[in-house]
Amino acid sequence: MWTWFHKLASPPHFYRLSAKMIPWFAVPGIALVVYGSYAGLFLAPADYQQGDAFRIIYVHVPAAYLSMMTYMVMAISAGIGLIWRIKLSHAVAAAAAPLGAWFTFLALMTGSIWGRPMWGTWWEWGDPRLTSQLLMLFIYFGYMALRTAIDDPLKADRASAVLAMVGAVNIPIIHFSVEWWSSLHQGATLVREGGPAMPVEMLYPLLANIVGFTFLFGALVLGRVRTEVLFRERRKRWVRNLLLPDGDLE
Amino acid sequence: MSEMFAMGNYGAYVWSCFGLTLAVLVICVVQGAQRHKSVLNDVKTRIRAMESDT
Repeated sequence: MWTWFHKLASPPHFYRLSAKMIPWFAVPGIALVVYGSYAGLFLAPADYQQGDAFRIIYVHVPAAYLSMMTYMVMAISAGIGLIWRIKLSHAVAAAAAPLGAWFTFLALMTGSIWGRPMWGTWWEWGDPRLTSQLLMLFIYFGYMALRTAIDDPLKADRASAVLAMVGAVNIPIIHFSVEWWSSLHQGATLVREGGPAMPVEMLYPLLANIVGFTFLFGALVLGRVRTEVLFRERRKRWVRNLLLPDGDLE
Repeated sequence: MSEMFAMGNYGAYVWSCFGLTLAVLVICVVQGAQRHKSVLNDVKTRIRAMESDT
């Protein structure tokens, strides 16, 4: 088990294997998102309260879910890197951050566009769900800024890991904000007592998009970890042999 | 057909959300690919410069 793990975490091995793994995430991811979005837009019945506006759920919920999932991936990888000094772990955390920031931005934007016809406002400053989600966007920005600000990669890894772990406090706050405080935002639709609050024709496309987006995230993060690994290992022999085989000097 | 796309007067809201999502996914792919390419080129240039020195 440990030898297997060490082999996987060895940069040259990871670099080779990850290139083969990306299609295994990208292809099912695209298929699920195409099905989920089509079925969500055209096959699912309109909501009895929100009409067709509810269809925004098919992109808003996957984006919001992934914004938090990506944060957990980032914070846990950073933590593992900090404790066990695994460089690949830090590379995963660094690769996840920009994706997480994009998903957070997407969740905020689609939420705002959904809020306009439903709540009559694009944004509400006092709202706990909205503001804690916005705070997460700033934490992502802070994490990325801190990494770029520190030249020494070892120090950048450690300092940004601490920031990522401290910022994880915000995750349960986002999740439970709609229960702890009064919020414009509706409560949980899927993970709630008594099961999901929607019929299967609405539910299956949503689940397809959530799983599909997660697969797409897998493909995207693998690609970015490869870039990180290549950069971090740029002085190593295996990178040289990989990029310039046969002593090619052109 | 046009009724399907009208989304009961919520068309502008629904389609802008889906369009935005597609745009963000495309940006994520393109950004990642561009960065990989630029790192690849930088590393190659560096290795070549080093090896032609010796």
